[in-house]
Amino acid sequence: MPSLKTFSRGGVHPPECKISAKMNIEVLHVPQKVSIPISQHLGAPSTPLVKRGDMVKVGTPVAKTSGFISANIHSSVSGKVANIAEVVDTSGYPRKAVVIDVDGDEWEESIDRGSDLKKDISLSRDEIVQKVLESGVVGLGGATFPTHVKLMVPQGKKAEILIINGVECEPYLTSDHRLMLERGEELMVGIHIIMIALESDKAIIGIEANKPDAIKYLTGLAKDYPGVSVQTLKVKYPQGGEKQLIKAITGREVPNKGGLPIDVGTVVHNVGTVLAIYEAVQKNRPLVERVVTITGKSVKKPGNYMVRIGTPVQDLVEAAGGIPENSGKIISGGPMMGKTLTNLDVPVVKGTSGILIIPLDESKRKVEGNCIRCGKCVSVCPLGVEPHLLYALSKRGDWERAEKEDVMNCCECGSCQYTCPAHLPLLDYLRVGKAEVGKQIRARHNKK
Amino acid sequence: MNNLMLSSILSLSGVGVLAASILYIASKKFHVEEDPRIDQVEGVLPMANCGGCGFAGCRNFAEAVVKAGKLDGLNCPVGGAECMAQVAHIMGVDVQETEPMVAVLRCNGSRKNAPQKTHYDGALNCFAAHALFAGESGCPNGCLGLGDCAVACSFDAITVNPETGLPEVDDDKCVACGACVTACPRDIYELRPKGINSKRVYVACMNTQKGAPAKKNCSVACIGCMKCVKATESKSVSVKNFLSYIGTDVDTESHGPQLIDCCPTSAILGVNIEGSKNA
Amino acid sequence: MTDKLLTVSPSPHVHSEFSTERIMYDVAIALIPAFLVSIVFFGVGAIKVTLVAIVCCILFEYLIQKFVLKVPVTVCDGSAIVSGILLAFNVPSSIPVWMLAIGAFVTIAVAKMSFGGLGKNPFNPALVGRVFLLICFPVHMTSWPVPRLWDFSFTDAVTGATALGKLKEGVMMGHAVPELMQKIPGYMDLFIGQINGCIGEISVLALVLGAAYLLIRKVITLYIPMSYIFTVFIFTGILWLVNDQRFADPLFHILSGGLMLGAWFMATDMVTSPMSKYGMIIFGVGCGVLTVFIRLFGAYPEGVSFAILIMNATVPLINKMFRPKRFGGR
Repeated sequence: MPSLKTFSRGGVHPPECKISAKMNIEVLHVPQKVSIPISQHLGAPSTPLVKRGDMVKVGTPVAKTSGFISANIHSSVSGKVANIAEVVDTSGYPRKAVVIDVDGDEWEESIDRGSDLKKDISLSRDEIVQKVLESGVVGLGGATFPTHVKLMVPQGKKAEILIINGVECEPYLTSDHRLMLERGEELMVGIHIIMIALESDKAIIGIEANKPDAIKYLTGLAKDYPGVSVQTLKVKYPQGGEKQLIKAITGREVPNKGGLPIDVGTVVHNVGTVLAIYEAVQKNRPLVERVVTITGKSVKKPGNYMVRIGTPVQDLVEAAGGIPENSGKIISGGPMMGKTLTNLDVPVVKGTSGILIIPLDESKRKVEGNCIRCGKCVSVCPLGVEPHLLYALSKRGDWERAEKEDVMNCCECGSCQYTCPAHLPLLDYLRVGKAEVGKQIRARHNKK
Repeated sequence: MNNLMLSSILSLSGVGVLAASILYIASKKFHVEEDPRIDQVEGVLPMANCGGCGFAGCRNFAEAVVKAGKLDGLNCPVGGAECMAQVAHIMGVDVQETEPMVAVLRCNGSRKNAPQKTHYDGALNCFAAHALFAGESGCPNGCLGLGDCAVACSFDAITVNPETGLPEVDDDKCVACGACVTACPRDIYELRPKGINSKRVYVACMNTQKGAPAKKNCSVACIGCMKCVKATESKSVSVKNFLSYIGTDVDTESHGPQLIDCCPTSAILGVNIEGSKNA
Repeated sequence: MTDKLLTVSPSPHVHSEFSTERIMYDVAIALIPAFLVSIVFFGVGAIKVTLVAIVCCILFEYLIQKFVLKVPVTVCDGSAIVSGILLAFNVPSSIPVWMLAIGAFVTIAVAKMSFGGLGKNPFNPALVGRVFLLICFPVHMTSWPVPRLWDFSFTDAVTGATALGKLKEGVMMGHAVPELMQKIPGYMDLFIGQINGCIGEISVLALVLGAAYLLIRKVITLYIPMSYIFTVFIFTGILWLVNDQRFADPLFHILSGGLMLGAWFMATDMVTSPMSKYGMIIFGVGCGVLTVFIRLFGAYPEGVSFAILIMNATVPLINKMFRPKRFGGR
């Protein structure tokens, strides 16, 4: 068997635990009340457009972009705006959100709710970008970077290859996997739309070898779409990271210190985002819902649900059979990079790819030991930094040296901490270092 | 045998003399002329190298003092008035009166006042916890209790009380170097004047949320009710972002007990003030 | 109380099965075949020495952590056990118990705890203990019992020199190597372990078995052992081709002495070896060159311990020079 393509340096292979891989995407009931945070994306928070007492329909804009890197936000339900209050979201902090009391399920007339496949693309390049911007599409893989920015190729650069991220390397999560199986046709059209916007003639869908059904299905579909192909990849975390995926598929390395995928002629989009683009462009449907995996070893009914943005996690958990006894941790996202939730009222946002419930006995960290200088963290680091060293520097507060040792290269994938035999909180301190060094770099930048 | 001893003694002595003379020449040749006052000033400094003066160490402070030739804006909080008087004497300038200061923790979200709602299990570092979430009590501005300030303090003046989960400042040991102010990711510490007879009054809350959500997480949160402003009608008391602030120029004698008594949530704390609810 | 609350912690929320304990116990398990072989050939002596070394190491570590450093006691992490086994494996089975206790003290107190305990020591503790004993008690440390198959009597064994010792002595006296080789155990004996030597170093077969286990468990990588053994092979090979009357053949060199034990179990000690791939290779090559130099041109017949200790000293420098290449570096 020929060895499969993958990125060359570092990486780990945590147990996959894809419990919900065989569960069809179900539509979750419309909740009683939603809270839609105005900051669901990377960049500046949006500006609210509604006030208390306003009536909204599904698809009514409730907040508009407040800058180039920002996104529109639409109501995901119909009803009355109850309040603009501070709601604790996945960031762990109370942040401004539009709270809506649901009444019925009325959609804006402009939205095409039919499920028929619309293949013909009538819009031009600029119109596509405009449509995506209006619909508030952001990267649904987790980073939530505003998508319209990624559809505009900067002057002098060329997007030779469009890479579609169907890797889903995080254990447990299956939302992208299910999307590829159930919405394959729409995905293909979506890819075609992006190819037009980017003026690129080649698209490669990267899928890890643990999803043979999706690989087979999409390979079959891709035959009808010129320029689109599927690339099987070896199962390795963090292959879903943009830089790792580009390296795995094209062999090119995105330069560090602020380099972007476009610098090596590539653009990466997640499969969820592709679908959102399809719906925005072909169906005039803004991003008001997304697929969320609810899973965990002790969860009674793990599954994949189509969830309205702003739905409290509580509703989702109830659909999955409630919180199992002896649950210790609830995570938004996967076990490697997800964020723990402080309570169940946290709303599902555009970046929520899954809700993972971890039993109590697995939720506590082990006692830290001494670093035994085994070098495992160095060998698993996909970005070639030395976590053990940066950990020590950050603990000591030696930010100058930490910057020299490329602390900013760290992508917070957690491979080092996952592997560390001494159970050191390597990534915790790397984050501290990144934050401090980042602050200093910005301060220097502002001075100039 | 004798010969051997003699020759070794001679040769080793020779090497020694040669090396010594090289060192001597080098020290003469590469001698850097320095103002002798730098050494003198450094001599009277506490040599804690804490950085409280804003310079990297005591030597740098001494250099800065000598270079400036005056004491404007230069102060060693650790040495205090006595030390600065000596420095002024060396420099031949007038002493500038500085008020003794002390670090004050503007949060009273103890385990009792602000009950734990979640359990934090990560690196025991305020910065890491601050980046992750609002804190175990849910207050986004409150003390995280993981003791970055205690680590930063070079004078052993801060210890985290395991019972309340809050750090405590030892007024006698605190030299107001400001290390805790920089270390705290939530800017909870403030350097305030020690006060006449150590009398102080301050708002022990940093929460900028509205009354209801603030009160939900902590029973002694400032809810921005304006009572303190109305009670004293003093310019030094103000409310901004639903948070009261008592300026350092407040008259503790006349307004102190008043301020403490008027606060409905006991967010205003007093030190050495009669009739105060909390010591 | 806190058990009922939801836990909040930064990612990652899962951890691999790797732990310091697992690594240490894996090393201990990997050394069992060599231990069994030593029991077969050296009888009760081997058991006695190994047990005493382990007990002493654990005891000293416990006492120092509890009463001197006053830190949490971590003897259960298995590192003291591994140090004890390795120390025992590097001495002859006839060594008096009190000497071994001194060796264990040097291993734990001087080489390990004085630097701050596990992970902080610059030199391999077991080797420091061994070299200390070798220098203080050269007679006891260089009289090896002759292997006697399945003999569990308590009588003192006949002692003799190791293969390398005989060779060195012979060469010093001016004899030619091919002539000396007649009196030295053959390759098969070296491979199985029916030779004079330290407890753990005799059987190449058993050591390689253990090493294979470590490789499968991903405790060690091939970089250090392979570069070490390969260097010894090449270096002695060249010398042998130049003058086969003066130098023994490379196969003899890699099978004899403590090379296998050193290369697979001592040079690969995580604490005292470099972290990056190229660093490891340089480290192995350095160990190999030094070993051959000491064996062929030094005063001692065997040089593995010294070679590894000297290279340990260079590890910080190697770590500094051989950095992993940053992703997207420019």
